[in-house]
Order: sequence, then structure tokens, then C-alpha cells
Amino acid sequence: MTTQNQSEIFNGVAPLRDSRSSDGADTRAVPAFVFGEELAELAEHDSRIVVLTADLARSNRSVDFAARHPDRFINTGIAEKNMITVAAGMASCGYLPFAATFSSFAALLCCEQIRTDCAYPGMPVRVVGHHSGMTMGFYGTSHHSLEDIGLMRCIAGLTVVCATDANHLRALLRASLDHPGAMYLRLGRGRDPQVYPRVPDIEIGRALRVREGTDLTIIATGSEVHPSLAAAELLAEQGIQARVLDMFTVSPLDREAVLDAARSTPAILTVEEGNVTNGLGTAVTECLYESGHRVPVRRHGVPDEHVPVGPPAALYAHYRLDAAGIASVARDLLAAAPTERSHT
Amino acid sequence: MPPTEQASQRRQHIDRLTDRARFIRTETVRLTRIAGAGHYSAVFSCAELLAVLYYAQLRLDPTRPRWPERDRFVLSKGHAAIGLYPVLADLGYFPASELDSYTRLGSPFGDHPDMKKIPGVDFSSGSLGHGLSISVGMALAGRLSGADYRTYCLLGDGELAEGQVWEAAMSAGHFRLGNLVAVVDANQLCIDGFVRDVMNAEPIEQRFAAFGWQTRRVDGHNLNALLDVFAGLHIDPDGPPQLIVADTIKGRGVARMELSTEWHVGNLVGADYDDVMAELVSGVEGT
Repeated sequence: MTTQNQSEIFNGVAPLRDSRSSDGADTRAVPAFVFGEELAELAEHDSRIVVLTADLARSNRSVDFAARHPDRFINTGIAEKNMITVAAGMASCGYLPFAATFSSFAALLCCEQIRTDCAYPGMPVRVVGHHSGMTMGFYGTSHHSLEDIGLMRCIAGLTVVCATDANHLRALLRASLDHPGAMYLRLGRGRDPQVYPRVPDIEIGRALRVREGTDLTIIATGSEVHPSLAAAELLAEQGIQARVLDMFTVSPLDREAVLDAARSTPAILTVEEGNVTNGLGTAVTECLYESGHRVPVRRHGVPDEHVPVGPPAALYAHYRLDAAGIASVARDLLAAAPTERSHT
Repeated sequence: MPPTEQASQRRQHIDRLTDRARFIRTETVRLTRIAGAGHYSAVFSCAELLAVLYYAQLRLDPTRPRWPERDRFVLSKGHAAIGLYPVLADLGYFPASELDSYTRLGSPFGDHPDMKKIPGVDFSSGSLGHGLSISVGMALAGRLSGADYRTYCLLGDGELAEGQVWEAAMSAGHFRLGNLVAVVDANQLCIDGFVRDVMNAEPIEQRFAAFGWQTRRVDGHNLNALLDVFAGLHIDPDGPPQLIVADTIKGRGVARMELSTEWHVGNLVGADYDDVMAELVSGVEGT
């Protein structure tokens, strides 16, 4: 592989072979990084929108916004903390800034700027962390973002959402326009296989039920919704019917959807591309336990460790975060669960 | 206007600013007693700066705290908020009596300013190193919206050790934010000692100049000089951002506090309180 090709895979969004084809995903997956294009369209009708990035305009496709709205595009260079805080300053003057960089830098490097300059004063900054999780593969831990959900969800006043695919990202961007306060949008690397053939109707804070089933509920977010659906199909071949929830809003959590799952299905599996410590699974578990439900739960994600380098597909397989892996974890969960429903 | 009348008006102006700087200091001492601890000396170094900014320089309308055309002021050295609150009350942003709740449970007034709770505060601060980036954002917003307001940012010299300051400084120079004015209260001290010993910030002017700023240096306690330096700012909306380095003395106005590391945070009680109040009332004169 040439350097150029590597650049296209990890920093660009060329319509390349999908590395998650082992999941059974559509290998012709469209280039899903519609971030710049969608915002450019929205900006035609909303003069508040500005877009900032820190020397990653091609990677996150904010170039597509810059081409149509050059005056409303700000590149701070490789200075992420400055970018986030500049966005907050602009927000205080009436603008609606979308500030985008790799999620490892957005959430980890700029955690305090997000807390102090965006969430605390209620600035409507949309921090866009793309290439989240292990999508940077062999770039290694410096470029992996496994802790961002955990960090972001414990910041008061910060809405945390994960994009599922291109159409879902469009829906999130549209819904974000009138959402109060600061938001963290967690994006994959822009080639996520399609879950939603059309732009879904969404309400921030309300999970989408993307598959019905009665034997267990898989609660997934972001990049793990697609393989969770694929896992559900594998399970169905073995007579196990899984409900699948797209819990795209991690904070505030859709507690009702979680509690309904606990009432309706005998086990819950959470799936996320991140460290399980304080992630979606922890949020779900907190909700269940504090509500008195003792339904068997398995938090599935990356264990509390720094992951090895490798191509993303290999890492997903390694951590059983591909369809086959998720299905096997679900079977483990059901095998270990009491046959009698033990929740209250 | 005849020169003598001009001089007389200037003298009255200076007298008024001297009085307001004294007011800032005495109110800081009074409010600190309510809290039981506070940042005296970091306010005392910028009392003249705050007086000149709020009573002579900023374009404000206290009846409209969110007036879009107002000049913005960002107190990047947020721990000087105790000196800003009395000024805002004095200008009419809120009743002065509200200050008596300073630092009490649920009070709008904490050690660092909260824009959501205090009319007249343009941005919350407290974490050093953020304010110049906020100000860059405000200046960019002003340019984009076609507004002619200026953005002023007050930083400390110890704060210049924060890397984000230099990210912001670099971007302000790059974007040619001529509507941005940064003021460094160079009071020489940070918590652990002299800035030059802990982490030297000098040469401040040359460093900012290298990042594309137009710079000036002034005696930050000399009201005449401060009025002149602000009046002499060359504001070109697309020109270089403007820096004023104000040489000041941390703790200025109270002998025991001047350039003392013991008074970054403190509390005056009993006779000490009365002595310091008396020293302030009879003391610092504008020059």
C-alpha cells in the first residue's frame, strides 16, 4: 500500500473498499462523510452556521463547506484547544459553530475546553469528533479514541450523540441546529456501512428501535449499530430473536427505552466501539440498577486496555466487535443468564 | 477648547479614574472579608487598567448588557473578578447590594466570573490561558457579522506560560484581527514567585510582535499614560492585533502586599483590615 493510499483510507474519504466487509456489510458503501456537504446545504438557510477545523479539512470533508461558504470556514491550524475555545467565543456572539477534528484530540486533548468554555456557559458549540474508536487502526493509541464517550458523558450540560451512518449524520446535523447548549458529535471515519436508506426521523434523546425481537436486546451506538444488526441476523438463523436499539444519544440516555428493554426482553447486551469504562454500557447499567432491574447485562466493547495496532477490521474481529463476534457474545450472555427472568 | 480648559478637564478625568481605581481596591478588600479569602493583589495590579477600560474606553450600554454592538471585554485572568464586580454594579448592570452575597451558596458572584449569572460579563473565565482564544472568536464573529465593536482581553503575565495563549496569539496575527486588543497586566508575580524565575514570559512585546501583533508598553499604574496609550491604538479592522503590555506591581497600593508572594490569596481581619482600608483610602494616587 502506498503512502497515498494510506492517506486516502485514514485521512480521506475516497470511496474505497470497505474494511468491514467481513461483517457482511455492503462493500460498495458510499463515502459517508457528508459532514461538510450537509452543513453547506444547511448554511444556505441558516446564517449562524460556521465550521472550524484544525488542519483536517479534507479528512472531515469540511472542504465541502469551505468551497461554498469560504467566509464561514475557519482553519486554526494544528491547534485544537484554540479551535474549541474560538468556537465558544463565536457562539457567544450568536454563531453556531461546528468544530471538527479527530475525536482523540477533540475529546481528550480539549476535554477541559469543552467543559469550561462550551458546556458550562451553555455555548451552542458542536464539537465534532471524527475517526472515533479504533477507526485509525494501525495509527495506534495516540489516534485511537476509546475514552471519549466516557469523558464526554460525565460533563454536565453536554449532549453526546453518535452518528450511525451518513443518513443518520445528516439527521443529527439537522436536529442539532435548534438543540440548546453544547453538543459532542461522535463520528466514525466516514465510510460507515448504511443502516438507514433514508434520512431517519430522529429526536435527540430518543433511541431508534431498528430491529424487533424478544430474546434479548442489543443496545448499540454509532459504528456498532450496523454490526449489531448483522449479528442479530446471524442469531436469527439460530432461532434467537434480538431487539436492536440504536442508542445514538448517549447523554442524556433514553432511560425509557432501556427500561422497556428490561421489561420486554430477558437480557441486555450493550455494544460500543470504545473502552467499556464509563461508556454506553455503564450508562445503561446505571440506569437499570438504579431502577431496580436485575436483568443480565453484558457491556461489550474494548476492555480497559490500550489496543494493539492493526487494520480496523482485524481489530474489530480481535475484540469481537464485528457481527460474528457480537453474535458470539450474545450467545455467551444468554447461556450464562438464568432461565427464569429474575428482574423485578 | 482653550488649552487650560482642556488640561482642567483632563485633570478632572484623572481624578475620577483615580477615585474609581481606589474604589476597586477598597471593594476588593470589603468583599474578600465576606468570602473569608480572596485574590487581593492580582486585582490591585490591574485596578487602573480596569478603571480606564470601564470608565474611559469600552463602548458599553449597561441598560443593554447583550447589546450586539457593544465592545467585548474578556477577563482572561478571571481571578480578578472580585475587582470587576463592583465596577459592573457601579455602572448599573445590577444593584450594588447584590454583591453582599459574594461567594455565598448560590450567589451569582464567585471567585471567577459567570456570564450566565452576571449581567455585563461577556464570557466566563477562571481557567487561565483560554481568554485570548475566546477573544479571537469574538473578533472573528465581529468581522463576519460586519459589526465594528472591539474585543479587549486582559491577561496576566504568569498566564502567558499557558500554551493556548500562543495558539490564540498566532491565530490573531494570522487572521489579522485588528479589532482585537490584548492587555497584559505584567505584575511580575505568579503564585510561586517572580514570573521571571518560575517561567520567564519576557520579552513579551517581542514575542507577540513575532506573531504579528503591534505592541506597546506602558506604566500600568499611570492613568495619564494609560489614557494616551488606549487613545493611540491604531485600530484597522484588517490590520495587526494590538497588544498593550502594562508594567504593574502585584499588590499595588498596600505596602505589605506589593510584590509579595504571601498575598496571592489572603484574608485581612481585625486591625489589619482597618489599617489596609485606611492605607487605600489615603494612598494610591494617579500620576
